[in-house]
Amino acid sequence: MDLESIVKALNLKIRSGEDKLKSEILGGYTGDLLSDVMANSKEGDIWITRQVHQNIVAVASLKDHAGIILVQGSEPAQDTLEKAIKEGIPIMVSDLSGFEITGRIYELITKKTD
Amino acid sequence: MDEKPLYDGSFTITGGNFDNAGKVSSNIKTILKQIGLSKNVVRKAALVAYESEINIVSYARKGMIRLRVVPECIMIEAIDEGQGIPDIELAMQPGWSTANQRIREMGFGAGMGLCNIKSFSDIFNISSEVGKGTHLKMIIKTNCESLNS
Repeated sequence: MDLESIVKALNLKIRSGEDKLKSEILGGYTGDLLSDVMANSKEGDIWITRQVHQNIVAVASLKDHAGIILVQGSEPAQDTLEKAIKEGIPIMVSDLSGFEITGRIYELITKKTD
Repeated sequence: MDEKPLYDGSFTITGGNFDNAGKVSSNIKTILKQIGLSKNVVRKAALVAYESEINIVSYARKGMIRLRVVPECIMIEAIDEGQGIPDIELAMQPGWSTANQRIREMGFGAGMGLCNIKSFSDIFNISSEVGKGTHLKMIIKTNCESLNS
């Protein structure tokens, strides 16, 4: 399942990287501790977090994540957004909780690859 | 090692400047990719560089990361001028952290940085002097794919 289909299915709002939604999502990682995400997430993951400061762009870029979903109605800080646009990292936002977003994406991508 | 390195350079880092945190690691990743190293090796080196960079930004006045690449391995050194670490054994324990609230709110300071650096390096060396600073030396072998994959 590509990122665009996930965006549609979960009604995510796109804040940056609109042109980078074609990547195939095979997995994801949920977490707010950056060292944890650095150590345990994988290339191509969708990263679910409620951190909104610009360092999330550096982490997503270093780990080659497919994109970042900010949960619980969080919005990216202005400098985060600018950096994400510059580096072409998709940031999406949702009012849902991290728990719910994670569960629903898990369901979507495992159903698709079964 | 007396062979000519594929890359040898250093990057300065200013303590306390979280706005640019990750920039040096990002440069290092780009350099390593351009050299043509395998994804797994680049991934490990990027993590080691990133955690080292964040440590300097979080705890030191200033510092630098030196990157040297030879065909067999990547050498990353992080040298800072700062508070130093009184008890290295304690600092190496997962979860141990002296980070302040500001650092923690950003999702740093979880006490995982040094452990991550150690586990993603093939050789890890740390020395520190209280009131002076900390010196990390890491080696990541380019021909050894297994350890953390």
